[in-house]
Amino acid sequence: MLSNYLIPGIVIVILVYGFVKRVSIYDYFIEGCIDGLKILIEIVPAILAMILAVNVFIQSGILDIINGKFKEIIPMVILRPISGNASLAALTNIYRNFGPDSYLGFLGSVIQGATDTTIYVLALYFGSIHIKKTRYALGVGLFADFCGILAAFIVAYYFF
Amino acid sequence: MINIIWFLLISIGIVFAFFSNNQEIGNIIIDSSFNAYELILSIGPLIVLWSGIMNIASGSGLLRKFSNLIRPILKKLLPSVKSEKALEYISSNIVANMLGLGSVATPAGLKAMKYLENENKHKGVASEGMITFLVLNTSGVTIIPMTVIALRKAYGSINPTSIIIPSIIATMVSTISGLTLDYFIRRKNVK
Repeated sequence: MLSNYLIPGIVIVILVYGFVKRVSIYDYFIEGCIDGLKILIEIVPAILAMILAVNVFIQSGILDIINGKFKEIIPMVILRPISGNASLAALTNIYRNFGPDSYLGFLGSVIQGATDTTIYVLALYFGSIHIKKTRYALGVGLFADFCGILAAFIVAYYFF
Repeated sequence: MINIIWFLLISIGIVFAFFSNNQEIGNIIIDSSFNAYELILSIGPLIVLWSGIMNIASGSGLLRKFSNLIRPILKKLLPSVKSEKALEYISSNIVANMLGLGSVATPAGLKAMKYLENENKHKGVASEGMITFLVLNTSGVTIIPMTVIALRKAYGSINPTSIIIPSIIATMVSTISGLTLDYFIRRKNVK
């Protein structure tokens, strides 16, 4: 229910605020879209690379050697902290095989939406200021992801 | 890192396919380019549209207003951070992340790290402030996961936005548990 009103709610708040502040909302919109297009062009090669790798891995049938109810979600969970595009590629495989409205599809969506590329972000942020000793940062970051994924299982079950 | 992952995924997949006599593997490689094309076409327009909307929020000063609102909370969460500039960039990073504005969030976040390193006593070693900030960042709340919504729509979901509230709940669990563990580690280190 609430989910359905969030997007229009955000859009109207942003538009009204911009309009009241007398900024040219249309020009800002267009400018932002151009930025968005640039981002899109930049991520196209990365998406292609990850779709190739993840599809070859998953569709080789390698997951069949393990048993278990949620085995299809495993590649996503492992790839999620490293590469957002890779876990997105794994998610499309789940959608294709089970549909976005299946339990697995719903669960995968929540995991992708609720967690971040922790390892990648730590490497980028610490690397930018040449931090060599990251102490407990990775441990806490991955613990948070783990709790988020656990919560996703429960929440998806409850909402589904 | 990404080199190894990429290499392993592809080579394990191909080798496994050879041994399990999976004849399809050639087609899978070819098809993946079409899959990527479909993925980009299905998520692209919404990413562009949302960047447009969010740029209005950024240009009108609404984002700054939100960052100012969360700054007192951040001060409580990051007691060791003294630099006002760092706090300012951290808050814009968190707000931009919440709204799914990666292109705004990352530059702000990197600037915040620079200010944190300036006041860092042990150069080259992560400070408490940095770690808490990154826990907030990586476990952070994305209010609208637009990419996932676009993808769900493309694959024929009846209600693509139904995942918003569950995602927010899961991400809040992740943030709170990360911050709690971080808090206890910091307290233990003081003793």
